[in-house]
Amino acid sequence: MSVILSIEGLVKTFGGLIATDHVSLDVREGEIHALIGPNGAGKSTLINQLCGELTSDEGTIRLGGQDITGLKVPERVALGLGRTFQITSLLDELTVLENVGMAIQVREGGNFRIFDLARKRRAVWDEAAAFVAGSGLANRAAIRVADLSHGEKKQLELIVALAMKPRLLLLDEPMAGLGHVESQAMIGMLSETRKSAAMLLVEHDMEAVFALADRISVLVYGRIIASGTVDEIRNNPAVREAYLGAEDELC
Amino acid sequence: MRNRILALLLICVLIALPTITRELGEASLLALATRILIYGMAAASLNFILGYGGMVSFGHAAFFGIGAYVVGILATHHASGEPLFGIIPGTDQMLVTLPLAVLVAGAFAAAIGALSLRTGGVQFIMITLAFAQMLFFLFVSLKAYGGEDGIIISRTNALPGLNMRDKATFYYVVLAIAVLFFFGLRRLTQSSFGTVISGIRQNERRMAALGIPAYRYKLYAFILSGMGAGLAGALMANFLRFASPDMMHWTKSGELMIMVILGGVGTLFGPFLGAGAFLILETFLAEWSENWPFALGLILLVVVLGTRGGLQALIDRVTALVRGGAK
Repeated sequence: MSVILSIEGLVKTFGGLIATDHVSLDVREGEIHALIGPNGAGKSTLINQLCGELTSDEGTIRLGGQDITGLKVPERVALGLGRTFQITSLLDELTVLENVGMAIQVREGGNFRIFDLARKRRAVWDEAAAFVAGSGLANRAAIRVADLSHGEKKQLELIVALAMKPRLLLLDEPMAGLGHVESQAMIGMLSETRKSAAMLLVEHDMEAVFALADRISVLVYGRIIASGTVDEIRNNPAVREAYLGAEDELC
Repeated sequence: MRNRILALLLICVLIALPTITRELGEASLLALATRILIYGMAAASLNFILGYGGMVSFGHAAFFGIGAYVVGILATHHASGEPLFGIIPGTDQMLVTLPLAVLVAGAFAAAIGALSLRTGGVQFIMITLAFAQMLFFLFVSLKAYGGEDGIIISRTNALPGLNMRDKATFYYVVLAIAVLFFFGLRRLTQSSFGTVISGIRQNERRMAALGIPAYRYKLYAFILSGMGAGLAGALMANFLRFASPDMMHWTKSGELMIMVILGGVGTLFGPFLGAGAFLILETFLAEWSENWPFALGLILLVVVLGTRGGLQALIDRVTALVRGGAK
């Protein structure tokens, strides 16, 4: 399988603090690569470096073989990078359908047109309606985002990201704050998504990680201390030591 | 449907206005109406970036003044017969001066916007203000064009087949432009670009994650907005037959902003309401006392605190009440 995202020797420091310490990892086509680690390990920093919100001090990021280290967020998106936000970040004044429509409208382009009618862009709205209809928010299409529950917003984050049709999805804690039923639904959605996009999944919920991940990397104090298949990580003593601490068993 | 009837009714009243004011013998009311339409366009232009795009420009009078000076400078050269920079002949043809004013204002907006939009928030407010004041002092020092006294334009720009010296004719020209302007703006806010710019206001980070480079879109919006203000300025120069640095003073920028806030930020028709309310209050309060800005300030305070969304919000709430009561 070909590598879609490859990171080599990535470094990010904030003053004296090394948040990302020579991180190297890759994500292959069609795989879910989970990134786990205790709080403050630098997972979100790494995600923000990958999506382009933070510039890296050292190292290279390649997407589909192309060096994207120096590119800005929208340029990376144009090359097929999608993301979800840990703390949901949506267009609160718009409805569910309109949020998805905006993602498709942006993907389709032609957004400097000032005399067309956005709501008459058939292709955009047909596709948006199809996306929403096939999701867990099918009967919430006309609800404004500001009126959605936390779990629904989390779902919408993912639907919007999928509507962008990315080659690689960066998922920043998609399960955070979800109840058990909602988590199960989210796991279902993510394993569906596997067919269309590779994923780098940052997550605390171990049940979800073990259910979804093909490979797992463990980040502690900005460094990858272990990387391997689910079973390898589960049985790795260094991971147990650093990540699990007092807990006896993973899962 | 209801809105359409209201719009049609409003246009009918506006068309009948010169006849009404003539019958009443109140010619000054027609001048007031003309000014409201012109300032309405300027305020609506500002509102496009302020209300729809979330860019608080405190230097929008600069583009208003630039539009006015394009008309004034062309008129000066037309009168003297000497070409501008030795090559551009002056003109008094409105079909030339208005588009040119729009283009020149757009060019200034492109330059100022390109620099200002690298900042955001309070810095953006201050830097747009600073650019506008720079232009103000530039024109104050331009002795060739009257310095701080400004340019007196001997006659209103000509339109083929129309007697532009007639106040009613000029009013109709402004009204026609304002109606076209309003429907153009309405279309703009509903366009692909309009929805994206509104998305950027709501959540720039989200739009970036969707693939929108906000800077380019904001700059384009800023230029369009500058062009609208330039158009209004050119009309104002024609109306007053005068262009002066005062038209780009920061207090003028503040007035435009007051009109937007008074009428309703981010609403389509609000700025026209705001311009109307502001100019009517200014006219009648000034007759009542020379300390009229004090009364205006109080009224502004009441409207802003009491309506939370300006006159447009007030009207929406009242119509909702009336409709609720009718049921």
